[in-house]
Amino acid sequence: MVVFRRELRSYFATPLAYVFIVIFLVLASVFTFQLGGLLERGQADLQPFFRWHPWLYLVLIPAISMRLWAEERNSGSIELLMTLPITLWQAVVGKFLAAWCFAGVALLLTFPVWATINYLGKPDNGAILAAYLGSFLMAGGFLSIGMCLSAATRNQVIAFITAALVGFIFLLAGFPVVLDFVRGMLPQALVDGIASLSFFTHFEAISRGVIDLRDLVYFAAVIGFWLTATALVLDMKKAE
Amino acid sequence: MITTKNLSKRYGEKLAVNDLTFSVSPGEVLGFLGANGAGKSTTMRMIAGFVAPSAGEVTVCGHDIERAPVAAKSCMGYLPEGAPSYGEMTVGEFLDFVADIRGLTGVRRRERRGIVIERLALSPVIEQVIETLSKGFRRRVGLAQAIIHDPQVLILDEPTDGLDPNQKHEVRRLINELSRDKLVVVSTHILEEVHEVCTRAIIIADGRIVADETPSALESRSRYHHAVSLRFERPEQLAEARREIAALPEVSEVEYDEREQRLTAVPRLGKNALPGVSAIIVKHDWQVPELHLESGRLDEVFRSLTQPVRATGNIEGTQT
Repeated sequence: MVVFRRELRSYFATPLAYVFIVIFLVLASVFTFQLGGLLERGQADLQPFFRWHPWLYLVLIPAISMRLWAEERNSGSIELLMTLPITLWQAVVGKFLAAWCFAGVALLLTFPVWATINYLGKPDNGAILAAYLGSFLMAGGFLSIGMCLSAATRNQVIAFITAALVGFIFLLAGFPVVLDFVRGMLPQALVDGIASLSFFTHFEAISRGVIDLRDLVYFAAVIGFWLTATALVLDMKKAE
Repeated sequence: MITTKNLSKRYGEKLAVNDLTFSVSPGEVLGFLGANGAGKSTTMRMIAGFVAPSAGEVTVCGHDIERAPVAAKSCMGYLPEGAPSYGEMTVGEFLDFVADIRGLTGVRRRERRGIVIERLALSPVIEQVIETLSKGFRRRVGLAQAIIHDPQVLILDEPTDGLDPNQKHEVRRLINELSRDKLVVVSTHILEEVHEVCTRAIIIADGRIVADETPSALESRSRYHHAVSLRFERPEQLAEARREIAALPEVSEVEYDEREQRLTAVPRLGKNALPGVSAIIVKHDWQVPELHLESGRLDEVFRSLTQPVRATGNIEGTQT
């Protein structure tokens, strides 16, 4: 799709793309090898690598998503895009896929970590593949949130901060600390409900190597929800 | 063909566009005039399908802009105000992007791309990133994207704003060339433009149509329509001429511009000041270095049409 191609190219037309990828790779390695102690654990798996992904995404994905619509609004090009013969959905989905694809490229470039572990031991590559898939889906979830919030403002900084904030809430909802805290106040069913809304819960499940249809449906639903919200926000306040 | 029917747009309390009904046919170049904030851009945006109307409808080439937006947008080229584009792309990439979205392929695509690059003299900057271009070039890039698919309907929101006189002239020439078989709507607040390019002018004030005529019909509304202005070389002739012209029955007033040493004989409504004035000149056998018959002053018509409405608008505002 034309919007997709333009958008993806525009990522690589600015230094943002390269800066992003470098920061992502550096942080991912630091977390994995230093904090995660991948080499010291003596286990042939990538748990220490994937465990940090939610936190990496929390900070880095809003940096990708913030410009998606805020920049179009700010430069006025949104008026051009919206008067070209495409539907609102084509624009929204095209932009989302481009950003997702970009995040996917960054994720794929972490392959040396995978190569290292394969060189040192005999990991379960099927589980690693599943974890990569989970990580990619989670990136999509963060992106869709960020995209919607980017559509609501013309200021990229606001788009970044609000996206990180909402992402944080989505992430936090699955943490034992938070769950224990609300458990005292709410019935169990609600606590489970909150936990099941969290990226963390579903990502954990997939990264253990079990691809459950429910987790896939969850991410698809999250992305679908936020993309619909993006389209609605755009439709309501296109010209502002 | 563009038709609007009872088109309105409300922003909160404010009615930006109020019940516009008009239609434009191929071959027409419609000038859309109004003071800043009169609702020009909002109307253009509703026609282009960027802003949804609060009430009423717009059809472009027979397609309702709300019910069949893609079909309507396909037959239309639009230059938004300020000619926005993607700053990080080169001119060539940007034109390719628009051509792709417009579904241009193969020979026709190459042909159209070549034509717009040549017409808008973009070849020297084709490899340049848009955000590094001058304002004039950016405007031309905006025009190029608007005409790349050879649209039947062309909507240009302030196409010459911020251009230098040469560039303005170029853009007007382009509009004149395009208008032969197409329908063009141009919004502007530059009145000379109306005369040069438009076959019809709509003036809006406070979101309403206050005039919809040909530019010459608009001019004839001016109190200077058929006024005569002339200069004298000798001050004593000027004083005498001023007295005698003021005494003519068809002249309502004589204005004197001290800086230019110019007299203007303003006729009474429906009268022509020229025969009387020239008779006086012939009688005295004066040497007149400059004399001409005015067709009317658009800026004066524009002011008289847009300001009274404003005033009543304010009064209504204070009453509520």
